Amino acid sequence: MLKINNLSVKVEDKIILNGLNLDIKPGEIHAIMGPNGSGKSTLANVLSGKKGYDVSGKIGFDGNNLFDLPIEERAHKGLFLAFQYPIEIPGVNTTNFLKTSLNTIRKSKGLKQLDALEFLDIIKKKAAKLKIDEKILQRQLNVGFSGGEKKKNEILQMSLYEPKMIILDETDSGLDIDALKIVADGVNTLRDKKRSFLIITHYQRLLNYIKPDFVHVLMKGKIAKSGCMELAEELEKAGYEKL
Amino acid sequence: MKQSPIDTSKEYKYGFVTDIENVKAPKGLNENVIKFISNIKKEPKWMLEWRLKAYERLKNLKEPNWQKPKFPKIDYQNLYYYSAPKSFENKPKSLDEVDPKLIETYNKLGISLKEQERLSGVAIDAVFDSVSVATTFKDKLTEKGIIFCPISEAIQKHPDLVKKYLGSVIPITDHYFATLNSAVFTDGSFVYIPKGVRCPMELSTYFRINASQTGQFERTLIIADEDSYVSYLEGCTAPMRDENQLHAANVELIALDNAEIKYSTVQNWYPGDKDGKGGIYNFVTKRGACRGKNSKISWTQVETGSAITWKYPSCILQGDNSVGEFYSIAITNNHQKADTGTKMIHLGKNTKSKIISKGISAGKADNTYRGLVDINSKAQNSRNYTQCDSLLIGNNCGAHTIPYIRNKNASSNIEHEATTSKISDEQLFYCNQRGLNQEEAVSLIVNGFCKEVLQQLPMEFAVEAQKLVGISLEGSVG
Ligand SMILES: Nc1ncnc2c1ncn2[C@@H]1O[C@H](COP(=O)(O)OP(=O)(O)OP(=O)(O)O)[C@@H](O)[C@H]1O
Ligand SMILES: [Mg+2]
Repeated sequence: MLKINNLSVKVEDKIILNGLNLDIKPGEIHAIMGPNGSGKSTLANVLSGKKGYDVSGKIGFDGNNLFDLPIEERAHKGLFLAFQYPIEIPGVNTTNFLKTSLNTIRKSKGLKQLDALEFLDIIKKKAAKLKIDEKILQRQLNVGFSGGEKKKNEILQMSLYEPKMIILDETDSGLDIDALKIVADGVNTLRDKKRSFLIITHYQRLLNYIKPDFVHVLMKGKIAKSGCMELAEELEKAGYEKL
Repeated sequence: MKQSPIDTSKEYKYGFVTDIENVKAPKGLNENVIKFISNIKKEPKWMLEWRLKAYERLKNLKEPNWQKPKFPKIDYQNLYYYSAPKSFENKPKSLDEVDPKLIETYNKLGISLKEQERLSGVAIDAVFDSVSVATTFKDKLTEKGIIFCPISEAIQKHPDLVKKYLGSVIPITDHYFATLNSAVFTDGSFVYIPKGVRCPMELSTYFRINASQTGQFERTLIIADEDSYVSYLEGCTAPMRDENQLHAANVELIALDNAEIKYSTVQNWYPGDKDGKGGIYNFVTKRGACRGKNSKISWTQVETGSAITWKYPSCILQGDNSVGEFYSIAITNNHQKADTGTKMIHLGKNTKSKIISKGISAGKADNTYRGLVDINSKAQNSRNYTQCDSLLIGNNCGAHTIPYIRNKNASSNIEHEATTSKISDEQLFYCNQRGLNQEEAVSLIVNGFCKEVLQQLPMEFAVEAQKLVGISLEGSVG
C-alpha cells in the first residue's frame, strides 16, 4: 500500500527525516511513536503532499509514485490524513464542506454525485454511529470547535470518505476516555484486509483499543526500532532515553 | 429550466463579437448627436429638451477624480453614442421579427429569449448596445397593470410617469457621468408596479455591449407605487476587446408608501486580460428613493467583471420607518480595480439601513469599500449597521475600507464593523487533502465568505452566481 524508501526531508537546511524506510502492506495497522519534534507530523505532511519541504527518496503508493501526484489526487486515490491541528475555515459550513469533499472524491472515481438529502442521510448515520453531536455539522468548519470536537470531526470525515491509506496524527491527544473510544471504534470499524493505517501517537492507551500489527519508534530522522505491542508498553514504562 | 444571464465556463466566454450591421450616430459628443438619438427614438420634444439641458450642464462639469482607481483620460469625442443593429430601424413588434442573429447571440449567452418566454418565470428585457431587443412576458404583466418595457417605449407611451419620475432621484445636474448619461442615454428598462400589486415574477434586464468604440449609457427607472413589491435583476457582459469601453448607466428607483424594491445586479463585464489590457469602465450611478413611509429598497450586487468598477448604489430614506439595504460582493483579480460601496441618507424618522460588504482581492488587484452613512438632524431613532469584510488572496493585492459617518441626531445610532483576512496556505492544504483542487478550495472558501450576500439573490441566480464567484478567481493561487 505504502512503501517508503530512503526518505529524507529538510526544511531550510534543517534535516528532519534522514533515510527513513517503512513498508505498509494492505490490511496492516502501523503505529509510530517518538519524542516531540522527532518528525512524525512532518512525515504525515510529506505523505499527504504539503509543500515547503525539501524531499528526497521514493515512495510507492498503491501502484503509483506518490511524488507524481498532487495533494488532491492523493486524496482521490484514498490517502487520508487526520490532522494533529485541524485548521479553522471561517464562513464555510461544515456539512457543506464534507459534502463538497465527498462529492469531489466520488467524482474522481466516476461515482454519482450525492444531492443534499442523500448526503444528509449518510452523514446522520455516520455521526450517530460515532456518537458525534450533529450540531457541530451546522457550524463553520472547525471554528470554535473544542480540541476534542475537531478530532472527532476528522474521524467523521475518515469514516465518510472511506479512504484506503489512513494516517492519524495524534488524533488521540487531548481526548477524554469516551472520545478515545470513539476514535478507536472509528478505526476498528473501517479495519479490513484492503485498508491500511499509520497511527501516530504518544500513548499506549489508544493502541490497547486498536491493537496495531507493528509499532515503530521514530528518532533521529529514522525508524530507530520496530516491534509489536510490547514495544509500546516498554516505551510507556521506560521512555525513549534507553533506545 | 431557468435561464440565467450568468454563465460559468472557464475563460471569459462572452468575449465573442456578433457580426451585425449597425446603424451608428456620427462619432463624438455634440448637440447634433443628441438630436440624432432623440430623433431615431422618435422622442417627444420635452425629452429632447431635457437631454439638451443636461448637455449644457455637462459642458461645465469635470469628471470627478477623488476615486482610488485612476484611468487614462477618456476621449469623449472619439466614442459612438448610439449604435443599433440595422434590423431595428423598424422596430420589431414581436420576438418573431427579431433578427435571428441577435436571438442567437442571446442564446450563446445563455439567455434564450424564446425559451424564456415559454418556460421560465423570469421576464427579460435584453439591451444590445443601444436598443432593447425584446421584452418577454409582456401579456402576463399587462394583466396586472405592470409596465415593463424599454424606456424609449415608456417615453412615448407613458410620458406622464416618465416626466414625473425621470431625474427625480438622480438630477441631471448630479455629477459628470450621471449628467452625461442624461444627455445621451439610449435605452434601458422602465418598470411601473401599480398600487397594491405584487409583481408575480422576477423582472430581468440583460445588457450587452457589442459594437466597438461604443459607450453604453442605459437608463433604468423603476417605480413601485403604494403597497407594491418588485424584484428586479440585471446581468451584463461584453466582448473581449483591447480597448477600454465606457459603461455609464443611471438607475433610479422610487418606492412609495409601504412599497418594496429589491434590485439585484450580477455584473460580469469583460474585465480585461491578465495584463490589464482592455476591459469595461463600469461607472454607474444607482440611487433609490424610499419616498413613502414604511418603504424599502434593497440593493444586492455581485461585481466580478470590469476593468474598473466605480459605483455606489444608494438609498435616500425620506419616508418615516423606511429601510435601505446594501449587500455587495466585489471581486477583483489580476489588474482589476473596484471602488464601490453605498450611501445611506437618513432623512425620515425611525429609518434603518444595513450595509454588508464583502470585498475579495486577488492577483494585483485593488479593492476599495467606500461608504457614507448620513443621519440627518430630523431622523429620530434611526439606525445603521455596517459590516465590511475584506478577503485577500496572495500578497500583491490591496483592500481598503473608507467609511464616512455623519450623525447629526443624538437618538440615532451607527454601528460599524470591519475585518480583513487572508486565505492561508494551511487552509488550502486542508482542503486539498480532502480532495479539492486549488480552484475548488478557493471557490469554497470565498463562497463561504460571501454567503450572507449570495443568500440575498433570487434563488434561480444564486447558484449561478456562486459558480461565477469561483470562476472569476481562477488562477488566483499558484
Ligand atoms: N516549516 C518548518 N520550519 C522549520 N522547522 C520545522 C518546520 N516544520 C517542522 N519543523 C521542525 O521539525 C521538527 C519536527 O517537527 P514535527 O512537527 O514533525 O514533529 P513531531 O514529531 O510531530 O512532534 P510532536 O510530537 O510534538 O507533534 C521540529 O523540530 C520542528 O520544529
Ligand atoms: Mg506532530
